[in-house]
Amino acid sequence: MPVLLPTDVLFLLLLLGLSALLVYTVRQEHLRRPWRSVMRSRSAMISLVILLAYLLIAILDSIRVPASVNGPGSSGAAPIGEPVTLLDVGLTAIRDAQEKTYSAPLAVVAHAREMTRQADGREVWAYPRLQYGGRHLADPDREHADDLLRRALLGLAAGLAGWGVLMVFIALAVARSPNGFVDFLRSACHSDSEFPWRAVLLTLLLICVMAGVLAALSQEYHVLGTGKVGEDVLYQSLKSIRTGVLIGTLTTVATLPLALVLGILAGYYRGWVDDVIQYLYTTLNSVPGVLLIAAAMLVMQSYMAKHEAEFASLATRADFRLLALCLILGMTSWTGLCRLLRAETLKLRELEYVQAARVLGVSQGMILFRHILPNLFHLVLISVALDFSSLVLAEAVLSYVNIGVDPSTESWGNMINGARLEMAREPVVWWSLASAFVFMFALVLPANLFADAVRDAFDPRRSG
Amino acid sequence: MTSDVVTPLLSVADLRVAFRQGPEWVPAVAGVSFEIGKGECFALVGESGSGKSVTALSVLRLLPQNGRIQAGRVVLDGADVFAVSERDMGSIRGGKIGIVFQDPMTSLNPVLTIGQQIAETLMLHRHLKGAALRRRSMELLEQVGLPHPDRHLSEYPHQLSGGMRQRVMIALALAGEPALLIADEPTTALDVTLQAQVLDLLRRLRKETGMALWLITHDFGTVAEVADRIAVMRAGVLVETSGPEFFDGPQHVYSRELLNAMPRLGACLQRESPEEERSFPGQPLLEVEDFKVYYPVRQGVFQRTVDHVRAVDGVTFRVERGETLALVGESGCGKTTLGKALLNLIPATAGEVRLDGVSISNATLGVRHKAQAELQIVFQDPYSSMNPRMIVGDILEEGLRAQRPRMAPAERRERIETLLLAVGLPVSARSRYPHEFSGGQRQRLCIARALAVEPRLIVCDEPTSALDVSVQAQVIRLLKELQDRHGLSYLFITHDLAVVSELADRVAVMHSGKMVEMGPTRQVLFNPKNAYTRRLLDALPSLHKGHGRRVGP
Repeated sequence: MPVLLPTDVLFLLLLLGLSALLVYTVRQEHLRRPWRSVMRSRSAMISLVILLAYLLIAILDSIRVPASVNGPGSSGAAPIGEPVTLLDVGLTAIRDAQEKTYSAPLAVVAHAREMTRQADGREVWAYPRLQYGGRHLADPDREHADDLLRRALLGLAAGLAGWGVLMVFIALAVARSPNGFVDFLRSACHSDSEFPWRAVLLTLLLICVMAGVLAALSQEYHVLGTGKVGEDVLYQSLKSIRTGVLIGTLTTVATLPLALVLGILAGYYRGWVDDVIQYLYTTLNSVPGVLLIAAAMLVMQSYMAKHEAEFASLATRADFRLLALCLILGMTSWTGLCRLLRAETLKLRELEYVQAARVLGVSQGMILFRHILPNLFHLVLISVALDFSSLVLAEAVLSYVNIGVDPSTESWGNMINGARLEMAREPVVWWSLASAFVFMFALVLPANLFADAVRDAFDPRRSG
Repeated sequence: MTSDVVTPLLSVADLRVAFRQGPEWVPAVAGVSFEIGKGECFALVGESGSGKSVTALSVLRLLPQNGRIQAGRVVLDGADVFAVSERDMGSIRGGKIGIVFQDPMTSLNPVLTIGQQIAETLMLHRHLKGAALRRRSMELLEQVGLPHPDRHLSEYPHQLSGGMRQRVMIALALAGEPALLIADEPTTALDVTLQAQVLDLLRRLRKETGMALWLITHDFGTVAEVADRIAVMRAGVLVETSGPEFFDGPQHVYSRELLNAMPRLGACLQRESPEEERSFPGQPLLEVEDFKVYYPVRQGVFQRTVDHVRAVDGVTFRVERGETLALVGESGCGKTTLGKALLNLIPATAGEVRLDGVSISNATLGVRHKAQAELQIVFQDPYSSMNPRMIVGDILEEGLRAQRPRMAPAERRERIETLLLAVGLPVSARSRYPHEFSGGQRQRLCIARALAVEPRLIVCDEPTSALDVSVQAQVIRLLKELQDRHGLSYLFITHDLAVVSELADRVAVMHSGKMVEMGPTRQVLFNPKNAYTRRLLDALPSLHKGHGRRVGP
């Protein structure tokens, strides 16, 4: 029986909603047209594949099972009784492989020298062997490089095989007939269909190979090194994906209803309704966002302190804090979209088709729902797509100043926060910061590219 | 015919221009050749999309990004325009060729004064400075007939009226002392009295400066007033080029069709029932008494109302059953405001509106809801009057859903199909989107939408003025047909007196919120009592006045 935390439920519900929207979109010709132009864009499709890979990890990391399911062997990171996610189950090997402290990527010895007592009683000032990293090697100096290469090649082969299987599935799904299969492969190779198949398949290949190599190496090594208390950085980075994606998406859900309802009301009814709403968002806008968030987080913490019984476990506590952060970010970031929607509604309400509907005696609710809302859709879509990446970055900044997610939650912000001290060490510990940076970059860049393509397709001023 | 003798100023040979749409190149101009002599007035006439503006833009090398000149040669004063560098092109544009665009509202920079904008051109092309610059600017404004040149120099575009702005635009085009002035629909956005003034101005300037004028327009009325030579363009090809004898009998079938489709003031004289008035028995359908719409002018911290703009100022009229009452006036006279206020789209300030003898201005919501179905509206712009996100079927059904929520879906569908056929569109239009239709077809759809709830009066707010001449005639024919079949009444709001003559039983002329004259069409158009009505009629190009003369085949 899966255990679900509030953020998991909301996130999965959101995905369900998005899927429903997708089905609806496919049936509407005027919505399908701009999406088709997004699908023709090579950079957008490459971005989409990468985003989907991230999304898949986030989904896997949002479905929790009780810890007992995966046996008594996993007593490492999660205390007994705490549910673990499907991702955790998949990554049990590296989750449990905890070292004492820092170690460099792919290292077999620790990052810092230690005084150790040898078997013969002598005390040596040397780099100690790691508990897990490369423990299968008898003579690391000689075997290390060969072993790495062998495992990497194995991983490469596995990745290629995985990609091949994936290809067959895609081809079967697209072609639907035996000789269509060959045609599909041919047209994909020559890239002569409208959809940029070649780019998409190559991106998939890259992802599969990377996953294969990482998986093969991480069986016996810490591919991205370990952190201060010996935790695997790759595991941390992968777990951070859920935090980033969740903040990017759930915040939007908190933003949208406010921005939509208030923006439309202000624009359509004007007069005092407009005055009140404008007053509200101008006031909110003139308070520094960080200040509001900090205050709200403090209030939330004191609430948690008062109701300690409800937040018994570490996981529920961290989860509540994450949810609160999403809500607070949402509360402070709806004003921009609201302003945009108000202006557009002001314009739309004077348009002749809205007036014609009024003359026909269509009720106001119907006018708002059928004439105003669908014509605001492109603005909502564009701003959601553009906001996603800035929210992911906002999380990093907020965690850096300690008002973001719970310190026990894996997040890129927390990793960067921790790296503050690591950068001052000698020799420098660079891998935490670098991993956080690369993972975040690989999410934000495709998100931005995809948002650009969406904007180009949906913005009426840019089409033509 | 002087043009054959003099050497041409501009010669265009086999010009071909195409635009990229997706992967394809769609031809816009397909091999056009013509010449414009020195000091000649050449008119390029065609309907929208015929490629006439694209031809002018190609000559200036100002095509948009997705356009490409595929072939052709343009020679201006002996120099190949397509061969010169982009830098030298700058001295041709504005220097040798001046251009005046259609819309005087968007062609001037709103943050620069008129003086600054003229000075910019003068400095660039005539290298004037200081006092000489100012003197020349004043001269130019005087030349285009602005009343206070020194004051206008320091004014901003928004302080001038539309007609004055168009004059400034012409002054700007003249600043470089061009040998050729291209005027792209220079009068289309202007009121009829201003149109006449601007045409006069262009004619006078041509005489004074000796420059050639290339007029691009869809309006034969304008052409007949000024042009020496006329070329008719259709789908990127010149179908006919001829002199002023064009108006005695065009050679090409298409030119004849266009010329015949043009509404004429004399049309009302040719009606089948020549009696002065059709009789309308019984109670009038709509009675409007002392109707007022005021907009408050607010000032100060507390937004106190200090004054009112009297958009509609005490109007009284009635519309009989099955009658068409035309409401005529220039822009800003309050005719559209009146139409919208009758439909409650704008709150009325005072006055009474009775439908079938029942007052609806102070009625309860229920009565008003019922009355709403009886009064419908068709708007001017067929592009913004339908929701682009809905299919045609849903758009047409909307009124039925609101007015008769209990109607069965099958019955509703059947009604929509009947309506589509009634306005001359196929039943399959139901499941398509508005953008898939042309302007004229969209206007048919708007009429069908209004008809769906079985109204008795339709307010037509300039329903034909955004359409091409030939389409305009079709829509008017459709309106007449529907009137005969359903006994509809129309309140037809327009600025075009010629259209009025084709359609209206009675005409009401509005000026500054008041009705200055009302009477049977024939009387108002041919025997106006009011000075303002006379002024409107005088300003009409003489071709429109051509008393119903049809050009024989």
